[in-house]
Amino acid sequence: MTHPDALILPPEATGIAQPAPAARPVTTALLYLDGVTVSFDGFRALNALSLTIGHAEMRAIIGPNGAGKTTMMDVITGKTRPNEGDVLFEGVHDLTRLDEAAIASLGIGRKFQTPTVFDMHSVEDNILLALKSDRRPFPTLFSRRTGEERDRIDALLARIRLTDQRARKAAELSHGQKQWLEIGMLLAQEPKLLLVDEPAAGMTDRETADTADLLREIAQTRAVVVVEHDMTFVRDLGVKVTCLHEGSVLAEGSLDAVSANERVIDVYLGR
Amino acid sequence: MSALLDRRGIVFLVALAILAIAVPLLNALPASSPFHISDHLVPLIGKYLCFALLALSVDLIWGYCGILSLGHGAFFALGGYAMGMYLMRQIGPRGVYAHPVLPDFMVFLNMKELPWFWHGFDQFWFAAIMVVVVPGLLAFAFGWLAFRSRVTGVYLSIITQAMTFALMLALFRNDMGLGGNNGLTDFKDILGFPVQAPSTRIALFLLSALALAGAYLLCRWIIASKLGKVLVAVRDAESRTRFLGYRVESYKLAVFTLSAMLAGIAGALYVPQVGIINPSEFAPANSIEVVIWVAVGGRGTLVGAALGAFAVNIGKSWFTGALPELWLFALGGLFVFVTLFMPRGILGTLEDWHGAFRARRRVRATDAAAQAAE
Amino acid sequence: MPRIRPFLRACLFALGLAASLALGPAPAAADAYTDALAVFSADSFSDTDAAVTAIAASGHPQAEAVIRALQDGRLLAGGGRAFIREGAALTDAATGETLAAPPPGAATVRLNNRVRRTVAAALGSLTLLSPDPRRRLNAAAAVFKARDATALPTLEEALAREGDRRVRAAMAEARAAILFSRPDSNAAQRMEALDILQARGDQDALAILSNPPAGIAPEIAAAAAGAADAIRGRLELWRALQNAWYGLSLGSVLLLAAIGLAITFGTMGVINMAHGEMVMLGAYTTFVVQELIRVHAPWMFGGSLFIAIPLAFLVAGAVGVAIERCVIRFLYGRPLETLLATWGLSLMLQQAVRTVFGANNREVGTPQWMSGALEIGGLALTYNRIAIVVFALIVFVVLLLVLRYTPLGLHVRAVTQNRRMAGSMGIPTSRIDALTFGLGSGVAGIAGVALSQIDNVSPNLGQSYIIDSFMVVVFGGVGNLWGTLVGAMTLGIANKFLEPYAGAVLGKILLLVAIILFIQRRPRGLFALKGRAVEA
Repeated sequence: MTHPDALILPPEATGIAQPAPAARPVTTALLYLDGVTVSFDGFRALNALSLTIGHAEMRAIIGPNGAGKTTMMDVITGKTRPNEGDVLFEGVHDLTRLDEAAIASLGIGRKFQTPTVFDMHSVEDNILLALKSDRRPFPTLFSRRTGEERDRIDALLARIRLTDQRARKAAELSHGQKQWLEIGMLLAQEPKLLLVDEPAAGMTDRETADTADLLREIAQTRAVVVVEHDMTFVRDLGVKVTCLHEGSVLAEGSLDAVSANERVIDVYLGR
Repeated sequence: MSALLDRRGIVFLVALAILAIAVPLLNALPASSPFHISDHLVPLIGKYLCFALLALSVDLIWGYCGILSLGHGAFFALGGYAMGMYLMRQIGPRGVYAHPVLPDFMVFLNMKELPWFWHGFDQFWFAAIMVVVVPGLLAFAFGWLAFRSRVTGVYLSIITQAMTFALMLALFRNDMGLGGNNGLTDFKDILGFPVQAPSTRIALFLLSALALAGAYLLCRWIIASKLGKVLVAVRDAESRTRFLGYRVESYKLAVFTLSAMLAGIAGALYVPQVGIINPSEFAPANSIEVVIWVAVGGRGTLVGAALGAFAVNIGKSWFTGALPELWLFALGGLFVFVTLFMPRGILGTLEDWHGAFRARRRVRATDAAAQAAE
Repeated sequence: MPRIRPFLRACLFALGLAASLALGPAPAAADAYTDALAVFSADSFSDTDAAVTAIAASGHPQAEAVIRALQDGRLLAGGGRAFIREGAALTDAATGETLAAPPPGAATVRLNNRVRRTVAAALGSLTLLSPDPRRRLNAAAAVFKARDATALPTLEEALAREGDRRVRAAMAEARAAILFSRPDSNAAQRMEALDILQARGDQDALAILSNPPAGIAPEIAAAAAGAADAIRGRLELWRALQNAWYGLSLGSVLLLAAIGLAITFGTMGVINMAHGEMVMLGAYTTFVVQELIRVHAPWMFGGSLFIAIPLAFLVAGAVGVAIERCVIRFLYGRPLETLLATWGLSLMLQQAVRTVFGANNREVGTPQWMSGALEIGGLALTYNRIAIVVFALIVFVVLLLVLRYTPLGLHVRAVTQNRRMAGSMGIPTSRIDALTFGLGSGVAGIAGVALSQIDNVSPNLGQSYIIDSFMVVVFGGVGNLWGTLVGAMTLGIANKFLEPYAGAVLGKILLLVAIILFIQRRPRGLFALKGRAVEA
């Protein structure tokens, strides 16, 4: 059996303890976290967390409450500044120096734990606002919907099965529909990396299975990080799993390997 | 929704046009006629129009972007002061002390020369630019600091209130060079026309109506654009908007500055019609009152804001004439009543009723159709 | 030659004075006294001046009464006689005989500044030997102020006899003042005087030391300048301390006004714009209590505030609970709406009070024990300010204890931190909300009792505190009573230190601007909560 510590650093990250020349990317990974620490009044929400996500990789993150899953997402999306550590996107963009808007424009999309959509806007407008475009106020003021955008919206609505609901206010959608709408908005951003927080929460079994299908399909072209408690859902995804505990990586590998890990069983899965 | 003019807007503009035509016509009727509008009523209605414009500017940021400013009266008053300074310079040597350049209060305070910021205000074009630039600059500086550090919600409301309070204290001081306690008054003429003359008052009234209509169209155009959708998105889910890649602070700053400019225009039109501007316009209570106009009319509807400004101010004029003791009870009660029982304001409540009525009729129609089919 | 006669007489009197000083008061006293009285009729300032000195030196039992009457403009003279007016009655100063009306030609003896100074000094030397130590102390202070060299012999005599330590010190200071300023002192005397004056170290000593007599030795002048600098430094320190005290006192006022807000806004997140009106209600409760006491039980007036405190708490607290039950509970989670509704309530409360009590300021009395001041060194601490500082701290500590150790406090904190969990554990959350709001409002009422002592009790009382209170809470950090304490004291002291440089209004504006900038740097205040709690 492998010692858990061996799982912490994936092979591609081990060789770069020395600072690399400035011109060359530090890492070939799409997302690269190294020694990230975040503390709130002495409480370490993240403790020297290191993690890499490759291009078009799907990864499931599991772990008990307070393991630092949401804080990790906050750090990647610029909501929280880490006290220490590096967060690099595509090997060149230092995410610790950018704000949420800049990070989103780089191609990182985020879905919240509770579905967050624009309740007072129609389903269609929700997608329209998410579509990749110039985000500055003045171009936004003068922008007109192009035919191309119309087609993109139609395609996305079809994909998230909300074509019939396009004119309704988002507030009127069911919980599951809102989850899908939010995923649709994520796709409209055309991100390179999607961070998805508990997409299956509050969904029926049927919806959960559909969601897993959708995420697998997305992961063929983009990287996806899914935080999830639902083990059936994680098994459905069938991807590499990282288990967080007390702000750092406890175990990493296939779901079966991680599930068999003694410490994971102790702190999270239970016996 | 995304059309520039919806039914609500058309009704509003038509009503405004009727008002703008009717008031001068009825004013021209002989005084004996029962429909005659007396000369003192014209600037009063003009004043309401300015208030409606101010309410519109508050609704733009509160109704659509969720920024509750309790200091918008400051931008209104700054616009008013800019216009007041022009009007003061127009008095020229006709003041009580007959100084060729210095306004009366400066002579009275033993000032020897014009303070630097009074230069240029003898030109109308300069004053007209300052009417929007001064409130706009203040709003830009204030908003730049506040929105960038993500001061939101109640905190923002409280510091906007502190801002207008600080300005009020400052302007009460004589050495600000803006007339201190008494403010600016005793205006003689504007662009060569005497401010008191009935024809000038009609012109100012028409200008106010025009400004209100123009501001309404501008706001409406913004709201209907994609930028308007982003503003609503910021109002309803600020961090979601941020994670979509919109730099929320830029949007807030842009619309806050624009709103302050509109408030400045309202103030500039207000001053020549009431004939005075003094520091009490900065009082925090005034700014909160504007918010209640918007809430009464219906937040987030633009037309409702204007409607609310008219309704509350007509009520105020009536109460302070007939039952001055009760006015504060009525106003206070209005605050409580509207927030508790009419969160969508007059317009929203009317539209809800109308919607419910139509829905019921539709249900009845389908029921009837179903029965017929059986 | 009427112009020469007074001059001659003055010369004569100078001689007489010299004689009486040389021979001591005993034999010539009566004569010198009556002779001097006769001189007042001449109505010449220089004569009067000389006569005062002579009377003072005569040691006659009536001497002080005469000079005091002269000082108060109650001394009439005419025909060689002098009369003291006591109300309507006149007394002959020499014989003690009472007259119904002034004799013809008698007029009030006039004074000029020089004579006034002589009079003060003469009274000083007379009272220096009084059996009452308080009088002696005052007299010594008077001599110190006048620095009249003629008082020196009397002063030295008094000093030699003096038994009271405080009076001795005051007399020594008076003597030093004379010795330092007198042109004919020698160097040793001056140096000794200089030390004593430096030790005294107040504004008066500084005035003496910075105006040395002309022609003194350069090394003494240098020493005097050094001593003056030392005093200036010490006075600066006292002034800073006094400012700090004013700041502390303003901070306590702010703390009292804001602490109730810290509970309702800080722990419940409710913006209560009617908070200031709770303060006002407390102040009016005090007024009503005092009116009732004045009419029904005037002997209880000294305790009126102690009766008002619990009543104000109950009145404002009850109004607070009513507001929470009737309005605020429907608006939880909608802070902006709460703000507007409570503003409306504040307008209604103001108008209600205006209707009942009138728009004018109401007179709230200060009990006897709260008037006066405590002097420590160069500090003057008025008792009512001391009472407010102490009271604010007591309120603060009691609230801290209530929130920490009572079941109510436990429940409040539980509801604040996790409303749903608290509810599911059986805590009656809605009752706790009402009680918390009542507590915050009640504390505001108590603040009103204190503020009624230093501010005008009018319907607008609350308005003037609401913005300041919000600034304190926001500056200190929400949800933290310690933050409120630090915030209030910082703002109070900063305000009082800005005032001398910027003036009261500009100081306040600067402070508001500083807070606006501060909030933008630290949106959650000095003592901000961090982590997950912030998101809620």
